[in-house]
Amino acid sequence: MSAVIECDSVVKQFGALKAIDGLTFSVEAGEVFGMLGPNGAGKTTMVRLINGLLAASGGRLRTLGFDPITQGDRVRAHTGVLTETPSLYERFSARDNLLLFGRLYHVAPEKLTGRVDAVLRDLGLAERARDKVGGYSKGMKQRLAIARALLHEPQILFLDEPTAGLDPEAARHVTDLIEKLSREGGRTVLLATHNLTEAQRLCDRVAVLNQGRALAVGTPAQLSRDLWRSTWLDVELRGVNGGAPTDRLLAQVRAVPMVKAAAMEGHSLSLQVESEEAIPQMVAHLVRLGAQIVRVNPREHTLEEIYFALQEQAEKAV
Amino acid sequence: MNWNIILTIAMKDLREVRANKMAWMPALIVPLIFVVVMPLLLIVGPQLLPIPAEELNREMGDLDAMMNALPPDLLAQIRGLQGLQIWIVLLAGFMFAPMFLIIPLMLASVVGSESFVGERERKTLEALLYTPATDRELFLGKVVAAVVPAVLITLFSFAAYTLVVNVSAYPVMGRVWFPLVTWWPLVLWVAPAIATLGMAASVLISSRVSSFMEAYQSTGMLVLPLLFLMIGQITGLISLSVVFMLGLGGIIWGIDAVLLYLGVAQFKRAELIARL
Repeated sequence: MSAVIECDSVVKQFGALKAIDGLTFSVEAGEVFGMLGPNGAGKTTMVRLINGLLAASGGRLRTLGFDPITQGDRVRAHTGVLTETPSLYERFSARDNLLLFGRLYHVAPEKLTGRVDAVLRDLGLAERARDKVGGYSKGMKQRLAIARALLHEPQILFLDEPTAGLDPEAARHVTDLIEKLSREGGRTVLLATHNLTEAQRLCDRVAVLNQGRALAVGTPAQLSRDLWRSTWLDVELRGVNGGAPTDRLLAQVRAVPMVKAAAMEGHSLSLQVESEEAIPQMVAHLVRLGAQIVRVNPREHTLEEIYFALQEQAEKAV
Repeated sequence: MNWNIILTIAMKDLREVRANKMAWMPALIVPLIFVVVMPLLLIVGPQLLPIPAEELNREMGDLDAMMNALPPDLLAQIRGLQGLQIWIVLLAGFMFAPMFLIIPLMLASVVGSESFVGERERKTLEALLYTPATDRELFLGKVVAAVVPAVLITLFSFAAYTLVVNVSAYPVMGRVWFPLVTWWPLVLWVAPAIATLGMAASVLISSRVSSFMEAYQSTGMLVLPLLFLMIGQITGLISLSVVFMLGLGGIIWGIDAVLLYLGVAQFKRAELIARL
């Protein structure tokens, strides 16, 4: 895998305000990368910087190997962006919107109508392709904006708050669509969102931002390990040495050096161990103690827990 | 620079204007009034009114002072004409000239305002800024959309005006007498300069206003110098000779160059995105 976006200590200043404050991360080809953060964290500014709409005040930025400041047109020829507002020509039909942007994105004239028909079909808009966009629902406008971003088959797809303002049904439809797009054809997707459920479902790696700084960058599992440095296990038992689980077993488990905490409720034993690497050893130990194990579930922290833990840490640090 | 992109943007802007009745209706009604309604009223009207020839000659005689201030080439056009003939030549051939310049000014500022401010007002600009089109291509696309149709419609209006004036005045003049020589620099040199001025002004105003109507009203202020031109001419202060037209056009083109330079400097993605 190679990096298609490289940000190294990027700074963007608007007057006295530092919108981006030394941000460093890279996005690998084919991954779905999430930029998570509250409003004003710098997500949209980063999308604009990466695409050469804004010039960075400091640091180094490369998109597909190009410098977005001096080679912005070349960068934008290979990227597709879903902006926070759909930014569609509402007096034109969906088809005319796409034909216009197809020309602006240099789609070959002989391929253009075929390509427009294909994306309209893929996004479920073919039947209303000739209707004026002004009469579309919010969800349909969002799908059309995604169709526009995909029209020229970009190498990197940027999605800025793709489900913001949509009702739950439309939001789910759009998220399903993004999942399908990101898994098909190995497209690189950069998702800027504050919707953590959406990010949890879609992202391979995330950068958690706060006030233009990256609080952490990595896979959710890496971030979880870095934050808590231990793993909780839920162990379901049938019994111990032919009988019901007893307090004796709990005491024996607590005595194991790798166990940091343990609790038992009925046939369920909860354990906190030092790391994921300790799980096989722990299971072997329980078996030696006579436990009949039905199921072992490592308890994973949700992205939401990770996100709030990081934001809290950042607040405490101020 | 890719002219396909420039023309695509220009065509898109014109389609947007076409969809906005508030924008194009006044822009179409004004030329219609100047080209058809007013000349017909002022040329055909006196022919239908039973004004005795002596009275008309006496009235025209009162305009001697003004006629003395006319440029020699126009005086040559009037020499030997009688009553209503002088009225027609002075009015249709002379007084209407500055009014005619309102057509390119209005058309260019309507399209300019719609294209530069309307795009921001409707929140469609951001998607355009994410395309590979360069700042210069985007700017030129909008310039072409505002200036080229304004100049073409002015030329078409001029052709229609020539037809209306010659046909309606034929019973009095007995010959095809229009256009006068002063109209050629007016239409081919001053009108394009005025169209460019209307467009350049809307570019600069676009950064200071938030709606199409605000921009359109602000550029409407440019009509004032044209009215001064007309008043100056009626009072004999200015004479719209060929040399004057060439000089006036030169000055306006000079102002255009400065305004366009400022407009290009202002039309940068980073500036535009910051104002969204």
